[in-house]
Amino acid sequence: MRTAAETERQRWERETLAPALADAPEREVAFTTISGWPIERLYSADVEALDPPAPGDFPYTRGIHPSGYRGKLWTMRQFAGFGTPEDTNARYKGLLGAGGTGLSVAFDLPTLMGRDPDHELSLGEVGKCGVNITSLADMERLFDGIAVGDITTSMTINSPAAIVLAMYLVVAEKQGAGWRTLSGTIQNDILKEFIAQKEYIFPPRPSMRLITDVFAFCSNEAPRWNTISVSGYHIREAGSTALQELAFTLRDGIEYVQWGVDAGLDVDDFVPRMSFFFNAHSGFFEEIAKYRAARTLWAEAMRDRFGARNERSWKLRFHSQTAGVSLTAQQPHNNVIRTAIQALSAVLGGTNSLHTNSLDEALALPTAEAATLALRTQQIIAHESGVTEVVDPLGGSYFVERLTKDLENGARAYFDQIDRMGGMVEAIEEGFPQREVAESAYRYQQAVERNEKIVVGVNGFEQQTDVHVDRLYIDDRAADTQLARLESLRRTRDNADVARALDRLRAVAVGSGNLMPPILDAVRAYATLGEMCDALRDVWGEYEERPVL
Amino acid sequence: MRKLRVVIAKPGLDGHDRGAKVIARALRDAGMEVIYTGLRQTPEQIVGAALQEDADVIGLSILSGAHNHIAPKLMDLLKEKGLDDVLVVIGGIIPDVDVPRLKEIGVKGIFLPGTPMKDIIDFITAHARVRV
Repeated sequence: MRTAAETERQRWERETLAPALADAPEREVAFTTISGWPIERLYSADVEALDPPAPGDFPYTRGIHPSGYRGKLWTMRQFAGFGTPEDTNARYKGLLGAGGTGLSVAFDLPTLMGRDPDHELSLGEVGKCGVNITSLADMERLFDGIAVGDITTSMTINSPAAIVLAMYLVVAEKQGAGWRTLSGTIQNDILKEFIAQKEYIFPPRPSMRLITDVFAFCSNEAPRWNTISVSGYHIREAGSTALQELAFTLRDGIEYVQWGVDAGLDVDDFVPRMSFFFNAHSGFFEEIAKYRAARTLWAEAMRDRFGARNERSWKLRFHSQTAGVSLTAQQPHNNVIRTAIQALSAVLGGTNSLHTNSLDEALALPTAEAATLALRTQQIIAHESGVTEVVDPLGGSYFVERLTKDLENGARAYFDQIDRMGGMVEAIEEGFPQREVAESAYRYQQAVERNEKIVVGVNGFEQQTDVHVDRLYIDDRAADTQLARLESLRRTRDNADVARALDRLRAVAVGSGNLMPPILDAVRAYATLGEMCDALRDVWGEYEERPVL
Repeated sequence: MRKLRVVIAKPGLDGHDRGAKVIARALRDAGMEVIYTGLRQTPEQIVGAALQEDADVIGLSILSGAHNHIAPKLMDLLKEKGLDDVLVVIGGIIPDVDVPRLKEIGVKGIFLPGTPMKDIIDFITAHARVRV
């Protein structure tokens, strides 16, 4: 039996489409998204997919707020950090002055890897990719003249997340801001480090303990702090498809909840403070569908898999950032357009906060001018485009609704596969997500090499004349300053106190108590980040991966 | 003629290995013998790997800005070990102003974002030492 819609579709294909195709064939035999997902010519009414519940209602496919952006716009949060804490402090004051509504700290590699500036591997890296934070003294300089009680701050750091969070809490304490009202986010997502970005220090299991300790500590002491930002961004940057980004990130989220529950926490105590972070890549509709699918999958997993009863546990909140990997060094001004389109997809997908990349980021860290233009891009979308005036304007789009369902189903299949391996920690130990991502990265590169995917200015529409853009050049001045400071810190602090605090930290790491209190004590004693991480390395060792090509 | 032997290495603290892994596979598919060192290799470890693997080529992937410190150290060590004839190339984010200095110390090829794989393969094939 054929439905009326099917009969009508066949008539259209026969009478309208076929003659048109005979006249002018299509550009490709098959069309796919940038992730390689097959796309049909035309999507029509599809009863299963077409009518998700209204925004604010479970499972929040159409958004977590019933009034969308008609109430509050997303937070415009620009990720920034370079050089010394003073260099970055000046950039923050500029961003807040230009109408930015939250801060987001980029740390340099020594900080991310828990190494002091004088470590062998820190050579040439201090202050290059972000700001260098060696001790509490640097965190005090970073927020000098910025009242942390009045803003929200996101900090992108993972292996040493608990330590850096402790530094921020002590800065708040010194500024007289109470922890109970302190608001912000610590990325604290180690699983995607093992999968994609590879900035891990300790093996997976003690790393997971650090994370659940932060969950437990903050739910008592800093209840408005977002204790994790489960991140797909880096998985996508490493080359995954949109579906893999969605599936691995949500499954990472499930893994954290499981570990929290296994540690004796109540789901509804800590899950409401979990947040997510997705990539806003170039495949416009696929990205919108991805965010909608993410909300749906999380709501279902929290309610049905974990029995969460608090609605706030069901609602997935997420930050997004436009795709750094899509930016080109060639014709860099084109990056403004890419970023605008990507940002628009994040907004149409209901992002809760957004970072837009700068046009010069395939070349260097952004200049202040380029970073301002990136912020303006968000402001134009927010205040001029009109897309914020309707809740989920693409709801009911045949294509977007179908794609949302397809991504949900694809992610569920990955969940099953990872569940069968025993969970995400086990899957990572087997190299499964790492292999999947590497394979997709290579497949995409081959598609570009064969000109199946065109990147404007790179393998199509190239131009020989060089376009000049200003570039930020970070010299070794920051490294010299930070090295001198470290030396002076070690001379002036109470080193016996530091040694005692580090011994306590080691003792708790050997046992099973919450690590936050001894970390806070070591921070207050001005132990360095490298010293605290070394204390934990002494107990847990370091992780080394088997490289997967 | 024996296959070209290439060590692909990621020095420094950075973990962004997409480029290193994609190029390692592309060179392997182009018929070269590729050894990928994995992450966070010191110049000493990279030169050690080149020596042990009898490499004709070292490819460094550096995105973090540490090239001005890592490359000179590596080139000195290669000279010290008598590996002057090993072709050294770098891929990653290298500011224009640093390119002449890297060339001066003997880095032969510098490949910036967006370079087609084929260009890299052709460059290595044309410039690596030939041994029978």
